[in-house]
This record gives sequence, structure tokens and C-alpha cells, in this order.
Amino acid sequence: MSMQASTSHYPAATVSQRVEQHTLCVLVDNEPGVLARVIGLFSGRGYNIDSLTVSETEHEKHLSRITIVTRGTPMVIEQIKNQLERIVPIHRVIDMTLAGPCLQRELAMVKVRGKGEARMEALRLSDAFRARVIDATTESFVFEITGATDKIDSFINLMLPIGLVEVARTGVVAIGRGPDGM
Amino acid sequence: MMKEMTGAEMVIQALADQGVEDLFGYPGGAVLPIYDALFHQEKVRHILVRHEQGAVHAAEGYARSTGKVAAVLVTSGPGATNAVTGLTDALMDSVPLVCITGQVPTHLIGNDAFQECDTVGITRPCTKHNYLVKDVADLPRVLHEAFYVAGSGRPGPVVVDIPKDVQFAKGMYFKPNDFPHKGYRPKLKGDIDKIKAAIELMRNAKRPVFYTGGGVINSGREASHLLRELVRVTGFPITSTLLGLGAFPAADPQWLGMLGMHGTYEANLTMHGCDLMICVGARFEDRITGRIDAFAPGSKKIHIDIDPSSINKNVKVDIPIIGDCAHVLEDMLRLWRSSAAVADPAALKAWWAQIEKWRGRKSLAYKTSSDIIKPQYAIERLYAATRDRDVYITTEVGQHQMWAAQFFRFEEPNRWMTSGGLGTMGYGLPAAVGVQRAHPDSLVIDIAGEASVLMTMQEISTAVQYRLPIKIFILNNQYMGMVRQWQELLHGGRYSESYTEALPDFVKLAEAYHAVGIRCDKPSELDAAIKHMIDVPKPVIFDCVVDPAENCFPMIPSGRAHNEMLLSDAAESIEDAITEEGKVMV
Repeated sequence: MSMQASTSHYPAATVSQRVEQHTLCVLVDNEPGVLARVIGLFSGRGYNIDSLTVSETEHEKHLSRITIVTRGTPMVIEQIKNQLERIVPIHRVIDMTLAGPCLQRELAMVKVRGKGEARMEALRLSDAFRARVIDATTESFVFEITGATDKIDSFINLMLPIGLVEVARTGVVAIGRGPDGM
Repeated sequence: MMKEMTGAEMVIQALADQGVEDLFGYPGGAVLPIYDALFHQEKVRHILVRHEQGAVHAAEGYARSTGKVAAVLVTSGPGATNAVTGLTDALMDSVPLVCITGQVPTHLIGNDAFQECDTVGITRPCTKHNYLVKDVADLPRVLHEAFYVAGSGRPGPVVVDIPKDVQFAKGMYFKPNDFPHKGYRPKLKGDIDKIKAAIELMRNAKRPVFYTGGGVINSGREASHLLRELVRVTGFPITSTLLGLGAFPAADPQWLGMLGMHGTYEANLTMHGCDLMICVGARFEDRITGRIDAFAPGSKKIHIDIDPSSINKNVKVDIPIIGDCAHVLEDMLRLWRSSAAVADPAALKAWWAQIEKWRGRKSLAYKTSSDIIKPQYAIERLYAATRDRDVYITTEVGQHQMWAAQFFRFEEPNRWMTSGGLGTMGYGLPAAVGVQRAHPDSLVIDIAGEASVLMTMQEISTAVQYRLPIKIFILNNQYMGMVRQWQELLHGGRYSESYTEALPDFVKLAEAYHAVGIRCDKPSELDAAIKHMIDVPKPVIFDCVVDPAENCFPMIPSGRAHNEMLLSDAAESIEDAITEEGKVMV
């Protein structure tokens, strides 16, 4: 055995598993700094955030709901959930990807600029995607579209050659199907 | 029962109501109202440290040697930032403490005021939880909550940041109640079906081993007691991490010694060869596992931990049991006894025979010398000299720490205070101050290295001021020994910056602090010098001049598995042991 084989103080990284995307719903006390704790956990431990939404959902109980779309190997996803549950003001963490059928939606506002045929094409496509016109000028539209992430991605891709100016997206919110709450 | 008082008075009242007798701190502008409140009472005694890092380490020593939540008080800005190393240390080693920090007045927060820093921002990742209290009405609840959060579940440090105007403001104080937190309730009882499954695995095991950690000690004395019972009735071998030493008595024949990077040959090979590992309150850290994909191959693993995030973090386990060690061990012991379970006696006998062969390898053996003090010898003599005393040991970080873990044998929990997770040089001296404060009549020894101890040497002044007769036993090899060892083994002997050219005269240094200095460099004079150190009823700095070239063995070179240990060989020179392939046990 050559001692030079290992010049590190630490064991080498183990073989990685496949990476999955999961949507987590996190119920937290709506108190100052709670979002910083969640984000700090992700940055501090090197986890990924694909999207994050947060808003107060139960005013009288001071509860907020954070929806996080993250990715990692199954072991990392399990760690993320366990580490989140360790944060004192966090009440519950639900992995919507594993918890059963669920609905996932985001809202986007899409600004498109164009005249003549391009403008008409944008309007026709928005109709096909059930997007609503929420602002218009003679050379632009702002569309409001809700749906699953891939639907919004498709719509934005279609608007790109027509004259996409900018996009504002909320990120994913999720809720389970059926009569039971989280 | 409510009572009107100022925020500063609430702090002291809450400390007293939470059972705090000793408060480690350092005053400054943003905590002056609290120091004023301290002045007017006698319930809480204050220990003035010389640096805020020392305050936190002292509190750690206090907490770990008593099992109580310890308390720290520091000022804003530099007071808080100086405390960060101690807080991180406490987080990594799960030490319960509450650190109260002063903050600039509410209206100045965010204005870059004098001695302002974003304390909750800075300490968020290095505390279990933290608070900024902007309204005096919230203060009593937050203070009580802080003690509850620090001490319950997996223990840890909690910071309460209190702006100066909130310390002056008046509000209604209330005592701790039965609902210390609205949401946080760590699970104490383990899932009984999982425990039954664990018992079933234990019953069928042929080569079992208990692998225990600091969680057993954190769980309280009852957990150590139950662990001893369970190990005794099962007849299984037991090893422990650095932080778990003392939960199981080192004198017991079922004890294999510490495992891990500098663990014994028998402990590591037992782990490597086991078919069932019962992990109690340990977390499969990289110093323990070595190469993960070669860690205890072919074994089933049971993992008992109060922190769900410790489960499957590094190593995938078969039966995770989330709960407090004492609660789970109690259930296990009851189930084992009620089912009259016995492990396969023939298999267990064969397993023990194999273990005894490994033990026969005497992996802690070292080459003795009659003209130079070997560091291992120094600790052996220290151990021998303290057998009739009530001893608490703290350490700094490095070779001396590992030798202390290997050669000082612990029979009881809470007797061993060392910085395991963070590996903080400078931990031991202030920790000894805290331990001695909690146990004024006991013998408290900091087994130190000369490099580590210089990082917090100023705290000897605290020991002198409060007449805390701590003993700083320095294994002085003039090197940052562990750095030197790694440079020798992995970097071609290029000792880059690991030699300290200008060390102080530790005897004169001790005298300058009004402590006692003792120097010894001859093996023949060591026993008498140690006896002198123990007998002096004052703080002592003992400069024990040891072999500068000694390496710490056994050793699992990192990135290697448990069965690839590097052993010293008593019969030959150290250099041969390192370079010869024959010395590498595969």
C-alpha cells in the first residue's frame, strides 16, 4: 500500500446515485427569519433549490407554507427533509412527490412584443394555452398563465421567437388531491 | 404569577428560575444593564473570563460534566463574534447551553452602529436555534424557550440576542411553564415495532458489536446504566466513539476501547467483521467510518438516535430507531429479558475468541525509553497517579487528545470533555475552568498540547482569579504534533510551519499568572513531578517535555477501511513502521 494513495484528510466521495426532483411542502411559524433559516440550510449544506414559494396561509395561527422544489439523490432528499424538520420553527415537512397524487401549479406573467402577424400568432397560442391577456398595447401583450411547470415552459418557448420580452414566475405551489389536508 | 421588572432583571431572574448557578461572561456596552442587574443579586454567580471563546468553552465543560444547560453572557459585536467558535463547537458536539448576547438598541439595528453585528445572522448556522428579542413582552417566553430548546432532543447551543433598549424596558415576567414551546417536541420513545425487529436481529446475530457515542452521555446517567445492563445481558462486545468514552467502563472485559481513525485494532476489526452493528447515539462520522464503501461490509445496522437527520446521513442503516437513548435502551432491555432472548452462544464464543486474538495484537504498545519521556508513558503515569482521586479530564486537540483517549481509561460518564466534532484547539483549558467550577473539590486536568493551549492560555488568569486549581498537563513536543504526523506520512516529511520556534517558558508563564509552573523532561522524575502537581492546591501549568518525533498509532489512514490500519510496532523504530509495507495490516 502506498501512503501517497491518500493525501486527503477525508474519505473520497462515494459513488453517486441518480438525481431526482422532489417537491416539499413545509409548514412553518410565520416569524422573522424563518425563511432565512430554510434558505441558509440549503446554501450551507450545498443542497439545490429549483424553486421556492412562501406565503402566510393561516393568519390566526401565524403559519406560513413554503413550497420547495429541490433535487438530489434519494439519500440527499431524505437528509433535506430531516434537516428541515430539525429547524425549531418548522412544524411539518411533506414530500409531495412521495405523499400520493398531488396538484402542482405555478403562475407566470409573460410579456411579448410584436406587430401584425406575430402579434396575432401570440394571441392564438395564448388561447390554446388558456392564457389570459392582462395588459395590451398596440405592440405588446402581457399574458397570465397558470399550470404545471412544463406547460409554462412550453408556452414560454413558443413565445421566444415571436418576441418574448420578459417572464415573471411564482415557482411551484403544491397541494394533495382528495379530502385530507397535510 | 407575574411580576413587573426590566428586561435585564428578567434575564437574571430567568437564569435563576432555570437553575443556573454559574454564568460565564464578559461585560461590554450592550450588556451593561444585565451586568447591573447581576450586581444586585446573589442567586447567579458570574465568572469573568478573559475572552468570549473561553466563556463558551467553560460553559461547555460545565454542561458536559454536569448534564445541565450552561449559560453564557457576552456583549454585542466582537463579544458575539468571539463566541462563534465555542457555539460551533457546542453545536457539533451537541452541548446544551444558552448564550445571551447584547445588541445595539433596536432603532440602531442595521445602521452599522458601534459594536454592532448581525448576531442572529452570524450564529444561525452555528446554533440549534437563535432569537432576536425586539419586544420586552416576548423576553420571558424566549428565555424559557431557549433553555428548553437547548436541553431537549439533541442538545445544542441557543443564542438570545437582546437589544440594549429591551434590557431597559419594563414588562411582565413570568416563570417557566409546562408548555415551553408551541411546536417543538422531540420524540423520546422509540417505535416499539422497530425495537422488536432490532431485538430479533440481536437474537440471531453471530458477530454482533455495540457502537456507542456521545448521545448515550447526553441522554443522562440512566442511559449509561441501561447500556451497561444491555451489554452485560447480551454478552456482546462494545466500542465507542471519542465522545462516548465513559458511558461504558473501560475496565470491563467486554470493552474493546475506542474505535475510528486512532481506535484500537480490536475495536476497528470487530466493527469491520461484525454481522450486526448496534449504533447507540453515534453518527457515523468520517473519523469513525473511514472509507464508507468498505465500512463494516456485510453487516446489518441498527441505529438509535434522537435526531432523525443523523439517520442515513453517511451510512444506510437497516433499522433506524428515532428516540432518546435511555428510553430506547430501556425498551430493548425489557424486551430482551422478557423474551428470555439469548444470542447464539457458540457463535458468540467463536466471535470473542477472534476478538481476543485481535486484542492480543496489543495495538497501543509503544517503544519505551529511559532517557526521554514518551507522551503515552506520561499519560499512563498521570492515569496511575490519579486512581484515588475524583478526576475530570479535558483536552485540547491533536496527538495528545488521541493519546489521552487511548491511555486514560474512563469508568464513568461525564468525566471526559473533549472537542470532537469541530476539533477546536484551545478547548481544554477554558473547559477545565468550567468543569472545576461545577466540581470544586474534584481533580480537573487539561491534557494539553503546547500549541493548542497557547490559543486560550489567557484563561489561566480566570482560574487564578476564582481559585480554580485546574492542572494544565502539557505534552510539549514543540510541534503541532498531528499536523507534523500527517506531513510525515502524507507530504514527504516537509514540516511546513508545524514547528513552533519560539515557545514561552511555561514555568515562568505560570508564575506570571500567579499560578504554579512545573517542568519535567526525565522519565525517572515524572512520577514525583505529577504528584507535586496534584498536591498543589493551585492552578498548575505542567510542562512535560516529550519525544518530539512520536507518532500516534494505531491509525487508519484516511480514505482507508477499518482493516487497513497502520500499527506502530513496539519492537522496531517508528520510521520502519511507517515505511515498511509489512507493517500495514491489511
